[in-house]
Amino acid sequence: MNRQYIIRRILIAIPSLLGISVILFGVLAMAPGDPFEELATNPAIPPEVRMALRAKFGLDDPVWQRYLHWFSAMVQGDWGFSFQSRMDVDRLILQRLPVTLIVIGASQLLAISVAIPVGVLAAIKPYSIFDQIASTFAMIGFSLPTFFTGLVLILVFSIQLDWLPFVYRADINATGWAFYGEHIKQSIMPVVVLGLAQAGTLVRFMRSSVLDVIRLDYVTTARSKGIGERKVIVRHVVRNALIPVVTLIALQLPAVFGGAIVTEQIFRVPGIGSLLIAAILANDTPVVMGITFVISCLVVLFNLIADILYGWLDPRISFR
Amino acid sequence: MNERELRRLIGEVKVGKLSRRSFAQRMLAVGLTAPMATQLLAVAGVAHAQPKSTYKPTKRGGGGLLKVLWWQGATLLNPHFAVGTKDQDGSRFFYEPLAGWDADGNLQPVLAASIPGREDGTLAADGKSVTWKLKQGVTWHDGKPFTADDVVFNWEYAKDPATAATTSAVYTDVKVEKVDQYTVKVLFEKPTPFWALAFVGAQGMIIPKHLFADYSGGKSRDAPTNLKPVGTGAYKFKDFKPGDMVSGELNPNYHMENRPYFDAFEMKGGGDAVSAARAVLQSGEFDFAWNMQVEDEILQRMEKGGKGRVAISPGGNIEHIQLNTTDPWTEVDGERSSLKTKHPTLSDPAVRQALAVLVDKDSVEKHIYGRTGNATANFVNNPERFRSKNTKFEFNVDKANDILEKAGWKKGSDGIREKDGKKLKFVYQTSINQPRQKTQAIVKQACQKAGIDIEIKSVTASVFFSSDVANPDTYTKFYCDLQMYTTTMTQPDPELFMKQFMTEEAATKENKWQGRNITRWRNKEYDDIHKAAQVEVDPVKRAAMFIKLNDMVINDQVVIPVVARPAVQAMGNKLVAVMSGWDNNTWDIQNWYKDA
Repeated sequence: MNRQYIIRRILIAIPSLLGISVILFGVLAMAPGDPFEELATNPAIPPEVRMALRAKFGLDDPVWQRYLHWFSAMVQGDWGFSFQSRMDVDRLILQRLPVTLIVIGASQLLAISVAIPVGVLAAIKPYSIFDQIASTFAMIGFSLPTFFTGLVLILVFSIQLDWLPFVYRADINATGWAFYGEHIKQSIMPVVVLGLAQAGTLVRFMRSSVLDVIRLDYVTTARSKGIGERKVIVRHVVRNALIPVVTLIALQLPAVFGGAIVTEQIFRVPGIGSLLIAAILANDTPVVMGITFVISCLVVLFNLIADILYGWLDPRISFR
Repeated sequence: MNERELRRLIGEVKVGKLSRRSFAQRMLAVGLTAPMATQLLAVAGVAHAQPKSTYKPTKRGGGGLLKVLWWQGATLLNPHFAVGTKDQDGSRFFYEPLAGWDADGNLQPVLAASIPGREDGTLAADGKSVTWKLKQGVTWHDGKPFTADDVVFNWEYAKDPATAATTSAVYTDVKVEKVDQYTVKVLFEKPTPFWALAFVGAQGMIIPKHLFADYSGGKSRDAPTNLKPVGTGAYKFKDFKPGDMVSGELNPNYHMENRPYFDAFEMKGGGDAVSAARAVLQSGEFDFAWNMQVEDEILQRMEKGGKGRVAISPGGNIEHIQLNTTDPWTEVDGERSSLKTKHPTLSDPAVRQALAVLVDKDSVEKHIYGRTGNATANFVNNPERFRSKNTKFEFNVDKANDILEKAGWKKGSDGIREKDGKKLKFVYQTSINQPRQKTQAIVKQACQKAGIDIEIKSVTASVFFSSDVANPDTYTKFYCDLQMYTTTMTQPDPELFMKQFMTEEAATKENKWQGRNITRWRNKEYDDIHKAAQVEVDPVKRAAMFIKLNDMVINDQVVIPVVARPAVQAMGNKLVAVMSGWDNNTWDIQNWYKDA
């Protein structure tokens, strides 16, 4: 059943990606600005140079023509050419993607590994002191924006205590343990900022989800059969309570990418988020298109993964 | 200062009665740039100052890693494609020009064996050619020798319109000839007193012929070396991630003794100016940060940490208010601010004079810019201590009231002055940027007291500074009465800079608003003097002409200068790096070191 389902899902994704690309291209074309703006304000550069560059990169063509040009190239695997860095867009993105995936991946792992146990423990003994504390911190976690927590961490750990660096460097001049040590040290703050913001929401969600399940009859049945409390919670409660949480994690990923853009800017993490901001500010259309396309693909992909995980978590859900 | 006086001063420098430095200072006082002053001496036959080296390290390398921070990272590393200073600064680690400009406007040889001069005939007496002797024994990072062929190639490469090089303006009007393996001759069509433009400074970096020869013109964007520079510089290329990181390592075959000091460097990009300042001044993670566009108050607070200092280098950039000479509110042939119109109220000299005394420059400096913007009366600007004495500025509301009253502008019942049914109401626009909005408020308040009504308008920077023909809010369209922004002086010579007041440069619909004369001020006398200056053989006469041009613009209130904006950088306490307002931030990178 699964293979057919996955193929169908991928086929459905194609028109939505196409629609996304049309809208994006239209919005970018309508937005004011000029990729060669900096040349315009520099008196040492004659206007002819700017005109020649615009013609060279096809910026003077009508919007639909530019879109068709971009689309036909994209279909053939050519992602375009960055106006700003005169480099292929796919190379530019590939340079940045690993860092983003590592940072976002690590922050998601942190969020999940903190949120699930805390949420479950809070739900088992609702309104206990532990639950109160957990709820308070969860509230703080998802109320504070990342640009605020990021700055606070920088002020405390970099400026006051001088423990951690706040500028992320992708190239580290070291080998072996020192290399990993440096990487971990510089990743701590961005990962914590992103992870804790995520964990806040997840804790609340996990807690209510477990509370819903724990009162159901089959849990009472399981207990009355004499299965140990630990086993009841892990095998019967948590597994069922996870279903809505998995949806949340998958659906929140685009938001995480959004949050990561801000965090990447604060800590100068050279991921696709900071590339996207720089490209938008410079009106570098091919790069903006490339990155948003990658993010759309990731969103579609994670939605698919969520659907497949349902099947594993709850065999009653079938795919047709 | 007249011509005869200039000649007398130059004569004094020649016989050693007056030092070069005090000569430059006197020139600065009359509104001449330092490079211009030293060029004057060179053309008049006074030798260039010999560089005084303050470089201390006695061996190459051993300095560890140099970490520098540009909050806008370099996006490309071919100096001929450089879009902004960030790209030029990044390229300069690997590529070098024949000579660079130091802070006093003197030429310092880099790839040249010596600076051309009158004495040895390398600077032609008729001002139509310059001969550069190249340093011998210099090699590219891949081991190939650097010769005159490389220099000539750069000229061919940059002047080709198909290359669309941003340096093309420097190379299109000159001719370059190879004399021998280590000598090149730059020929000018007409006598050129300011001869040091090609192969000099930020736009003069030289790329290797053997790697770019196959990628000239239309194929220029495919050159693999665009992204992996091979130069003659103190550092060899290691890695490049556009917008994020440029890194390099010591060049063991560098052509200057005992240099460079650092074993490797990392130029990190991204983020914002405030946190960049913090990384240098507060946490000390980085040794240097570029372009501190941060309020001076915040910089001062950060400096108290004691880990770094702010370095300020004077340049020619000027924040100024432009007064529209055309009528922005009447449309003629599909354009507003058309040359066929005249501004209904600003065309009255009394109104312009009144506005000039209503800009409280001292308060703007004191309360907004601090060390990062100095109140000035001049358009052509220099270090604060050398400010021109020909012109002066004042803030005087009473005087403004007086001028307007005498000219017949009477206050109406609403407190706004009017004459012949025309009210003194102006729209004053600028880009969205906190210091600019604060300046607007200061001007508005003063104008109110003088019976002038100012409507403040602020436009997003990406719209204001764009060249979008369809948008009415760009600065080049100037569809309002007053506007304010910083104009940059990229070359250490006023010729190009002062071109922005010439009639032929007026921004119009016809030239898609690409003309650089935004105020659309037209003055035949100005045009004639500027044109004469372009071909003036005698550098002393030429200098006097530019002084006159500056004074004309100021005295006619074409623009009201507000503050001169020096370059502001943050440096770690131990770093020794010489900055210059006339060249790249990294123009002297080979001599950077850390004091023990």
